[in-house]
Amino acid sequence: MKNIYALLAGLIFGLGLIVSGMANPEKVIGFLNIFGRWDPSLAFVMGGAIFVGVFSFKYIVKREKTLLGGSLHLSNEKSINKRLIFGSLIFGLGWGVAGFCPGPALVSLGMGSLKGALFVIAMLAGMLTFKLVQKNN
Amino acid sequence: MDINWAVFTPWSSLLGGIMIGLASALLVFTNGRSAGISGIVAGVFNFKRPDWSWRLAFLLGLLVAPVSYSLFFALPEPVIESSMVGLVVAGFLVGIGTRIGGGCTSGHGVVGLSRLSIRSLAATITFMVSGFVIVYFMKHVFS
Repeated sequence: MKNIYALLAGLIFGLGLIVSGMANPEKVIGFLNIFGRWDPSLAFVMGGAIFVGVFSFKYIVKREKTLLGGSLHLSNEKSINKRLIFGSLIFGLGWGVAGFCPGPALVSLGMGSLKGALFVIAMLAGMLTFKLVQKNN
Repeated sequence: MDINWAVFTPWSSLLGGIMIGLASALLVFTNGRSAGISGIVAGVFNFKRPDWSWRLAFLLGLLVAPVSYSLFFALPEPVIESSMVGLVVAGFLVGIGTRIGGGCTSGHGVVGLSRLSIRSLAATITFMVSGFVIVYFMKHVFS
């Protein structure tokens, strides 16, 4: 049953990405083009998501259990370190170059887009590289 | 600041954002998990973990979203200007960067900020500024 809810969450998330315009790299780059002709739409995506999120997370963290009685697996990592900043910097570069972050890239793959598929394969290669480097350190 | 009003879509973007917020709420309310997509993807290949089935289910939902959407509405055509080489480089940077930084637009930008995490705020500001800068160079310096 938990997996059915996870499937539904993924589906609603993906539909949200399509409705919001976030699944369109041109729109994402329009948002990141703050020094040119700027499209502020994506600020509304984050605003809408966080507005709902703040109340939801406040409620569930206070409750300490899921609605099905399971435990919460949320990160409590608080440290702001070089790794966080460096990784986010690298991610931002890739995000700006293609206009894709992981969610929209997967939605694009679901549309049967060859370019979306190429991005996802390269993204998986990046994740695998991280895993291999981490294992050897 | 020069706003491109012709392509500005505040209402559909707000609606989509609310849907993303509701989806994240649904996942944490039922599975107790954070809807951080880079983390979900990275974990799905770790078959030894007992918790990979929910990841697979979530990602499957994400992948079938466009087909489900197209049953009711005309699917908007995404415009991908990036070249094949650009996509490969960008994909690799997104993959490795999100693992080093522990999250992406969803994990830090939506879930982390919803939890009022200063760590996620630092990550979000960093990848946004980094995105602004690279797009500035691409649109106004190299082109």
